[in-house]
Amino acid sequence: MYDVLIIGCGIVGSAVAYELSKYQLSVGILEKYNDVANGATKANSAILHAGYDPHPGTDMARLNTLGIKLAKEICEKLDVERRECPSFVLAFSEEEMKTVQTLYERGIANGVNVRILNGDEVREIEPEISKEVVGALYSEDSAIVDPWGYAIAMAEVAVTNGVVLHRENKVRAIKKVGDIFRVSTNRDVYEARYIINAAGANAPQINAMVGDTTLQPRNLSGQYYVLDKAEGKRVNSVIFCCPNKDGKGVLVSPTVHGNMIVGPDAFEVFDSETVATDAVTLPALKPKAHRSVPGINFREIIHEYAGVRPNTQFDEFYIKELETCPHFIALAGIKSPGLSAAPAIALDAIKLLKKAGLNMTKKVNYVDSRRVVRFRKMNDEQRRALIARNPLYGRIICRCESVTEGEIVDAINRPIVPFSVDAIKRRCNTGMGRCQGGFCGPRVHEILARELGMSPIDIMMDENKTFILTGRTKEDKKK
Amino acid sequence: MSNYDKHYEVVVVGGGPAGLAAAYSACQNGAKKVLIIERDREVGGILNQCVHNGFGLHYFKEELTGPEYAGRFADMVKGTCADILVDTMVLEITPDKIVKCASQQHGYLAIKADAVVLCMGCRERTRGAIEIPGDRSAGVLTAGTAQRYVNMEGYMPGKKVVILGSGDIGLIMARRMTLEGAKVLAVVELSPYSNGLNRNIVQCLNDYDIPLYLSHTITNIVGKTRVEKVVISEVDGFTPIPGTEIEFECDTVLLSVGLIPENEISIRAGVTIDPRTRGAVVYENMQTSMEGVFASGNVVHVHDLVDFVTGESIRAGAAAAEFALGKRIGGRVIDVVTKPGVNYTVPQKIRPDNIEKSVDIFFRTNKVRGNSIIRVTSDGAKVAEFKREHMAPGEMEKITIPKVLLDRCGDSIEIVVEDA
Repeated sequence: MYDVLIIGCGIVGSAVAYELSKYQLSVGILEKYNDVANGATKANSAILHAGYDPHPGTDMARLNTLGIKLAKEICEKLDVERRECPSFVLAFSEEEMKTVQTLYERGIANGVNVRILNGDEVREIEPEISKEVVGALYSEDSAIVDPWGYAIAMAEVAVTNGVVLHRENKVRAIKKVGDIFRVSTNRDVYEARYIINAAGANAPQINAMVGDTTLQPRNLSGQYYVLDKAEGKRVNSVIFCCPNKDGKGVLVSPTVHGNMIVGPDAFEVFDSETVATDAVTLPALKPKAHRSVPGINFREIIHEYAGVRPNTQFDEFYIKELETCPHFIALAGIKSPGLSAAPAIALDAIKLLKKAGLNMTKKVNYVDSRRVVRFRKMNDEQRRALIARNPLYGRIICRCESVTEGEIVDAINRPIVPFSVDAIKRRCNTGMGRCQGGFCGPRVHEILARELGMSPIDIMMDENKTFILTGRTKEDKKK
Repeated sequence: MSNYDKHYEVVVVGGGPAGLAAAYSACQNGAKKVLIIERDREVGGILNQCVHNGFGLHYFKEELTGPEYAGRFADMVKGTCADILVDTMVLEITPDKIVKCASQQHGYLAIKADAVVLCMGCRERTRGAIEIPGDRSAGVLTAGTAQRYVNMEGYMPGKKVVILGSGDIGLIMARRMTLEGAKVLAVVELSPYSNGLNRNIVQCLNDYDIPLYLSHTITNIVGKTRVEKVVISEVDGFTPIPGTEIEFECDTVLLSVGLIPENEISIRAGVTIDPRTRGAVVYENMQTSMEGVFASGNVVHVHDLVDFVTGESIRAGAAAAEFALGKRIGGRVIDVVTKPGVNYTVPQKIRPDNIEKSVDIFFRTNKVRGNSIIRVTSDGAKVAEFKREHMAPGEMEKITIPKVLLDRCGDSIEIVVEDA
């Protein structure tokens, strides 16, 4: 029996688990995938938005602006890669300057540092921006972040503080018996006094299990390009176009890993797991990005991905204790700027739990720090000392990203054990570079199998059934 | 206190076929302190996973497997002064030729070099780079990675296979997977011709009845977990033609869609890169734009045969040794300019004062050609002409220009390929 059971361990579930782990409560998390941060959290724009987009006075505005302040503290404490990175919203016409003016006013009302710049001022800061740009909104309050690293860090600290993570548990039904929720998954039945629904794109379906059918999911996929580090320094700011009905338009942004991303577009897909890319629509991103930044060299593309926005029919997030079901807190419809807002949403969730009657007392001792070795970020002397301390840090496994065997073994020994090659990728950046794991894939595979004591055949690329190998060769079978 | 741990006359980055030959040659040409730095656990590079034969016909005049070819050179290097660091990764080369590397056994090292030879080879182009659409299924991997799993680790990456790209590794893997009991359903090639060697088409596809779909590409990969289905379409140039789709039920897609020289260290060191080869711009002796930094093998341009990698690397190693021992080369520079029909040349720059008898120029043509003429001109005047009965992008071409002709050339020579 848990005091609180969190459904879903993406950025919102992780943030809630992290906050709740500071209290004297028994907390569990149910995650349908075999790893945390494996839904929308791993496929988005990786931006902590300044907060000039949401309408003043809304929860979204409040949570966004508070969320990015909390993110700064959390990323420092938990050693998450985050970089302050100014943002532009470009206007190509006087008509669009009106939108910029509107965003400026919203920004001021939301307490965001914003300025309106003319075209020359824009290009003075960011020379790669198109000469067609007549002006822009500019803010230095934005940042870029490693989104999955952020969620993994919070989830790991939560687990360190006693939260129990149940992976590969997809919720099938929720029954309330008296004051107790009985949550059935594909594996087991879990009991809890309170439930937090942080199921991302599936949150509407989870709400419906307890009788709230308000939300209509609208699975809006967005595709992106990732470009090589050769393009990673072309721009040093997040470059948006004026927003339209489908979102914030195609953006161009550096990533904390040193690459460039271009995207997203928007089209409705059947479900939240439909993350295929499409040959016909994807290339349309290129002219859109070139309109903002004409110099982008798309020969440097190394990867494409798609993520599904957890949109609903509402503009606002759907954050509340359900009227139809007391003690069930919905954190649903957490679309953009959900990554920015997540830690603030977690604080709201705690307020809602208290209001719903949960007795909450802070623990006397809890862990609120975390350190990660990143060889690629070190200077010569640090590297020398590190390898002298543990020679495994001298063995480079991923050539493109300079990731060492020591870092991979560290990741395997952290509180949430990674079981797949992609889970290592999300923790160490192996395979994220230009060869896309061509060289390091088999080596990471071998290290995982060795450290986990498993056969390489049982090591997955990512989710269950994503087999990398189908068997032994003839010669090896004979042996 | 010096800012380095060790000093060598010649440091060779990479212990594949290029690095082994360069180091061997450096020792033969008078260098006494030569070091090979190899990132894998043994030297030999990609040859170690190329267990098929067909290597060495030019250099050793006999047919060897990849490991045999590498083994011959490893033995030759053993008899020289060269030291070898294995399981050691070069991270950076500074402009003053300090080579920084990391190793589990040796720790973090800064090694001062009088001359450096870059022999890092190449990597495979990936799904992401060529934007193959569809699901993010497991079972999509480069042919070279699959080759490593099969030949080095003893594991099969799939049972029913579609191969995209008819580069040599793709063709070799079509045969290898078939011999291992997998079913290769198709080799799919975007171009109207194969990019591999003709002998590989015959020996790897035709002999096993594996169909080759020219002017086709993969337009969808389907499979939420593992690959379940691949859709291919005929193309008009690069554009898929609607209505020409063919579906294959398969669990694996292997990619053999091109190789890219691995020059990230070279670029950071300040070496000038030729956008056509994606390798260093080199002089006739394989020196790059940085004095004392040489390059050879697939890191300069992707070769068809390892024998030619060896030849080029022997020249690079010799030049590196000479540089380390104090030889400097001056005189005028002739730029080699590519004209229609010629995709690139190596070298891109020639110093006639450094040519004894003649210079070899390597290049690839842009399409399959019948009777052709390779024409070399300078300042509009004919320098030399070479006839070919057959030319193809999959095969490297070589022309030899005598010094006496070069001496009469202006500051550039142009090379063009025309139909005869």
